[in-house]
Amino acid sequence: MDTGNTAYVLGSAALVMLMTPGLAFFYGGMVRSKSVLNMMMMSFICLGVVSVIWVLGGFSLAFGNSHAGLIGGFEHAGLRNADVVVGGDTGIPLQAFAMFQLMFAVVTAALVSSAAAERARFWPWALFVALWTVFVYIPLAHWIFAFDGYVGESGGWMANTLGALDFAGGTAVEINSGASGLALAIVIGRRRGWPREPMRPHNLPAVLLGAGLLWFGWFGFNAGSALSAGSVAANAFVTTITASAAAVLSWLALEHRLDGRPTSFGAASAAIAGLVGITPACGYVDTFGALVIGLLAGVVCQLAIRLKYRLGYDDSLDVVAIHGVAGVLGMLLIGFFATDAVNSAGANGLFYGGGLAQLGKQTVAVLAAAAWAFAISFALAWLVRATVGFRVSAEVEVSGVDEAEHAETAYDYFPLTTSGTVARPTGAVDATGREEKAR
Amino acid sequence: MILVTAIVKPFALGDVKAALERLGVLGMTVSEVQGYGRQKGHTEVYRGAEYKVDFVPKVKIEVVVDDGVADKVVDAVVQAARTGKIGDGKVWTTPVESIVRVRTGERGTDAL
Repeated sequence: MDTGNTAYVLGSAALVMLMTPGLAFFYGGMVRSKSVLNMMMMSFICLGVVSVIWVLGGFSLAFGNSHAGLIGGFEHAGLRNADVVVGGDTGIPLQAFAMFQLMFAVVTAALVSSAAAERARFWPWALFVALWTVFVYIPLAHWIFAFDGYVGESGGWMANTLGALDFAGGTAVEINSGASGLALAIVIGRRRGWPREPMRPHNLPAVLLGAGLLWFGWFGFNAGSALSAGSVAANAFVTTITASAAAVLSWLALEHRLDGRPTSFGAASAAIAGLVGITPACGYVDTFGALVIGLLAGVVCQLAIRLKYRLGYDDSLDVVAIHGVAGVLGMLLIGFFATDAVNSAGANGLFYGGGLAQLGKQTVAVLAAAAWAFAISFALAWLVRATVGFRVSAEVEVSGVDEAEHAETAYDYFPLTTSGTVARPTGAVDATGREEKAR
Repeated sequence: MILVTAIVKPFALGDVKAALERLGVLGMTVSEVQGYGRQKGHTEVYRGAEYKVDFVPKVKIEVVVDDGVADKVVDAVVQAARTGKIGDGKVWTTPVESIVRVRTGERGTDAL
C-alpha cells in the first residue's frame, strides 16, 4: 500500500466530485429562470442514482475481470473488500480507485442532462440515468479504463487489445456524453419555440461560477488519472492548464471577429472546450501539444455550436458541440502529438516519429465509443419516452418546469402572489405561540 | 389635475428627473417597461445566432401635477429626453378626477 498515492487519489476523487455541483451551476445559469432548479436537480440526482448503482455492482461490472474485453463481472459487488489493493505499481486500495472512477460516472451522466434541458420530467430522467449508467457508461468505462491486471486479470478491448490512448476519458466521458446527448436531444425533441425564440442564459455569474468549479475539479480529473503522485501527474496538470488557457484566448478572439464582442458565456464555454480537448491527451502530450489542442478546441467547438441551427437539433446547452466535438478532437490529436518522452506508457504520434499507427487506433476508439453511446442512448431514451413518458406537457414547458416538477421557483419575484397558509399540520401554532383557530 | 406619463430611453431618466425637480415637481413614479413604437425592435447576434429583439427596454415616468404647470412639465420632459434619434419615446397627459394623500386624507391639489 502506497499511502502517498492513496492520499492523492482520494483527494482527486473529491475534486472530481465537486465537478457535478459545478456542472449544476454551469448548466443552471444557461437555462431560462423558470427552469434553473430542474436543471440543477438533473445533475444532483446523478450523485444519488449513479453512486448507489456504482457501489452495489456498477464498479464491479466496469472493472471486474473481463468477459471477452466487453464487460466485467460481479466479484467486487458491494465494495466491501476494504483490504484489497489494486495491481500494478500505484499501490492504492481498490476502494480508492472505485471512488475516483465513480465521480467520472456521475459527472458524465450529469453532462447528458443538458440535452434535455427545460423539458424533461424529473423521475423519467432519473430512470434514464439508471439505465444509461448500466448499459452505456459501464461498458464504455470497461473498454477504455480497465487495464489488464489492474483490478481484474484482464480488462477492456479498447485499452488492451486495440491499444488506443485515452488518459482521462475522451471516449467514456466526453465522446460518450456528446453522442448520448445528441441521441437524447433527437428523441425528446426541441424546446417549444426553439430556434425562433431567443433562449439566452438567465444567470451568467452562475455559469462562470460553475465553469470555475469545473476547471478546479478538472485537475483531479486529469492529473488524478495518473493514479500516482509523480511526473506523469505533474505533466497532466501542466497540459491541462495550458490547453484550457489557450482555448479561452482562441475562442474569444474568434468570437470577437464573428459576433463583434467577446462574451463571458464564450469564456466559460471556451475553458470547458479546452479542458475536454486535453482530457484524453493530457498524460501523453507535452506543453506544445497541449497548446495546439487548446487553440484548436476554442475554434472548432465554437464553429460546431453554429451547426445545430443548420441541422435543426436542440442541443440546448451545447454538450454535443463542446464535449462531443472536443472529445473527438483530443482523441485524434493524440495520434499526432503523443510523445513517450512525457510518459513511458504512452506512444509516439505522427509528429514524433510514430507514424500513422496510433492515429488509426484512436480513430477506431472514437468511432466505437460514439456509435455505442449514440445507439444505446437512443434506444434507452426511446424506451423511457414510450413507457413512462419523458417530456413535460406543453403548458408546463411554457409556465416553467421548476414549479410543475419541484413545487419551487429559484427566484421569488412575486412574494405577494401567496396570501397565507391555507392548511397546516395538525397542532400547528401561529406566530404568537397560540394554537391557530379556524377562520 | 393632470397625469403626465412619459416613456423615455433609460439613460434619459436622470436628466428628466433633474428637469422636473427644477420645476418644483415633488414626486414621481418610475417603472422599467419594454415596448416598441415606430422604431420597432432590432437584431442582435449572440453565440452564433441572430435574434430579433421585439421589445426594447424603456423607462416609464408618471407624475400628477396641477393643471397650470402640465404644459411646462411636458415640455421639460421632452427637452430633457430628446436626442433626435429614433426611439426617444412619447409623453402624454390624462385628466385626473381626484387624488387623496393616504397619510393625512388631504384631497385635490393639497395632496400633490
